[in-house]
Amino acid sequence: MGKGGWPFAVAGLGLALLVWGSIWGLAFAPREQYMGDVQRIMYVHVPTAWNALLALTFGFGCAVAFLLRGGWRWDARHEAAIEVGVVLGALLCFQGAIWAKPTWGVWWDWDPRLTTTAVMVFAFSGILALRRFVEDPARRAVWSAVATVIAFVDVPIVYFSVNWWNSLHQLQSTPATVSSAFHWPLRINAFGVLFLMSGWIWLRARLAAERLEGELAPPLGGIELAQRQPLGGTS
Amino acid sequence: MSQFLAALRKDLLLQWRTRSQLVAVFVFGASALLLFSFAIGPNAAALREFAGGFLWLALLLASTLALADSFESEMSQHALEGLLLLPADPRALYYGKAVANLLQLTLLGAALVPVMVVLYDAGTARVPALLGIIVLGAAGLSAPGTLYAAMTAQVRARNTLLPLLLFPLVVPALLGAVKATSLVILGDPMGQLGAWTGLLVAFDVIYWSLCGLVFERVVED
Amino acid sequence: MPPLAVETTGLSRRYGRRWALSDVSLRVPAGSVVMLAGRNGSGKSTLLRVLATALRPDHGSATVAGHDVRHERDQVRRAVALLGHHSFHYEALTARENLEIAASFLGRPTRSSLLERVGLEARADDPVSSFSAGMRKRLALARVLLQDAAVVLLDEPYGELDPPGFALLDRVIAELRSRAATVIMATHLVDRGRALCDHALLLEEGRLVWSGAAAEMPAEAPGGSARV
Repeated sequence: MGKGGWPFAVAGLGLALLVWGSIWGLAFAPREQYMGDVQRIMYVHVPTAWNALLALTFGFGCAVAFLLRGGWRWDARHEAAIEVGVVLGALLCFQGAIWAKPTWGVWWDWDPRLTTTAVMVFAFSGILALRRFVEDPARRAVWSAVATVIAFVDVPIVYFSVNWWNSLHQLQSTPATVSSAFHWPLRINAFGVLFLMSGWIWLRARLAAERLEGELAPPLGGIELAQRQPLGGTS
Repeated sequence: MSQFLAALRKDLLLQWRTRSQLVAVFVFGASALLLFSFAIGPNAAALREFAGGFLWLALLLASTLALADSFESEMSQHALEGLLLLPADPRALYYGKAVANLLQLTLLGAALVPVMVVLYDAGTARVPALLGIIVLGAAGLSAPGTLYAAMTAQVRARNTLLPLLLFPLVVPALLGAVKATSLVILGDPMGQLGAWTGLLVAFDVIYWSLCGLVFERVVED
Repeated sequence: MPPLAVETTGLSRRYGRRWALSDVSLRVPAGSVVMLAGRNGSGKSTLLRVLATALRPDHGSATVAGHDVRHERDQVRRAVALLGHHSFHYEALTARENLEIAASFLGRPTRSSLLERVGLEARADDPVSSFSAGMRKRLALARVLLQDAAVVLLDEPYGELDPPGFALLDRVIAELRSRAATVIMATHLVDRGRALCDHALLLEEGRLVWSGAAAEMPAEAPGGSARV
């Protein structure tokens, strides 16, 4: 397998783990005492949550790296990480809705974590839109990196404020604790999503880097100068 | 510091010269308040309960117009670039503009309060507290808003991009301002006002520092 | 002021897929008046903007008034004044107010006499939005004079000016020369340039294709490409 194949291998491994963990969790793990089968969505919901946050954190790291050190590769990884983070975040909200409807009878229950995720999906989608509307690659890279830093700093603040706002109304939140009998399928799935996501970011970053190469003028190489004489000599 | 004062003076002068635009923005905000009331209907208790929320929504929508306007004059003849080349310190230019926008948004918010009082029967005796909340909330909108207005003024589709970028970001400030305003209007039996005000202050401190730091990257090549 | 007002080595700047400046190396002695010639799109404005630090070079280096454009930007800016394609004005404010704002950022007292100098004293208190293109050019010139810079970069300064404006500009350039400022002027008016300037640089498609005494500047770029 050549160098280009590694991200596919990583993603493939992730997919395999995810399938294993999901089958175990959905079909063979013990039924949860209070919530029944609906609780099984935790096997994909929790890994998705961890990895969505991980993707966005990695995106933040890439943005900081780009702002401090430059380099088009960081911009490509930044774009990929944000895009994957937005997709995972949207998936998370979708999963949350699927869980909430049979449990609470409503599609959305203003759970602080899910609400924060929804706000961040909007925030980072806006940054992806910004990238689409700025044509100059250098500006696009700097501006979206600045926007990511500003948005990421907001994540804990949004969570804190929504949590507080929510607690005043005493709504139930999505349970986070999972008892030990359920740990293994959860861990397998967590790694599954992690590898799948990493392979995905890797591939997407590669696409972004290729597009950048197409947008930028090729670097100058030994160009002969047709200069007669430098000024400042005799005249 | 002297450059900050020079920038502030410049921005206040510009705002004064274009004050008719501010009047138009106020009318926009007031009509928004009117339209929101139709969503509730003539239910006095509900109107009063949600007045705080609608005031801040109206101000948020109006702010996108005011913030975008604030960079219109900087970009049409590249005046901002001209100042940077003098040289002018980008941070002074940012803080001058952000403070001027803060004053303008506070003025807008204060002007919308009587509209809210009349339409929603949402008066309060605690006027200084309300004014304080408006200042803090306006500060929360002004800091990131000035940064993003500078950015989006340089691209097409600016009218869509500014709210798209700003709205999710200011959710904490919006929550804090709405809760605090509602407590002032409806009463605060459990003394939560201080906590929500604290959230606003924290948001303001973080974003006024952060945005000033990164402004240079947004306006320089 | 070091002996070389401007020195560039391999200076390059791209716009997307195109190199607007390509490997430009030149030297401008202090106190000289230089004509920068070339067709539309040859990179004259880009070169001036890079020297003024409005743009950053993508490759190569440039030193203006002894300071590097990448790492000592503020020092370069203090020494340089640019009369560019954009007038840098606030349309809603008056000519006098615009000049006062520039002065306040420079930390100097304003000089309303400059408005007289450029022939705008009658309209000093009118908003710039009511000005014609030529009047805006005159105001931009006043702003440049206010900066009192050691290196003055003029991008097509004669454009939009009327014949009295031409004479004004000629006088300003002569005065800058007499106080030992360095002037680099991008212009299409080759004959005027030959008369006013000591040296000339010819750009074509982002490259420096000729440099020498202004009086000897060819009517055509070497290699037979079109007239400048």
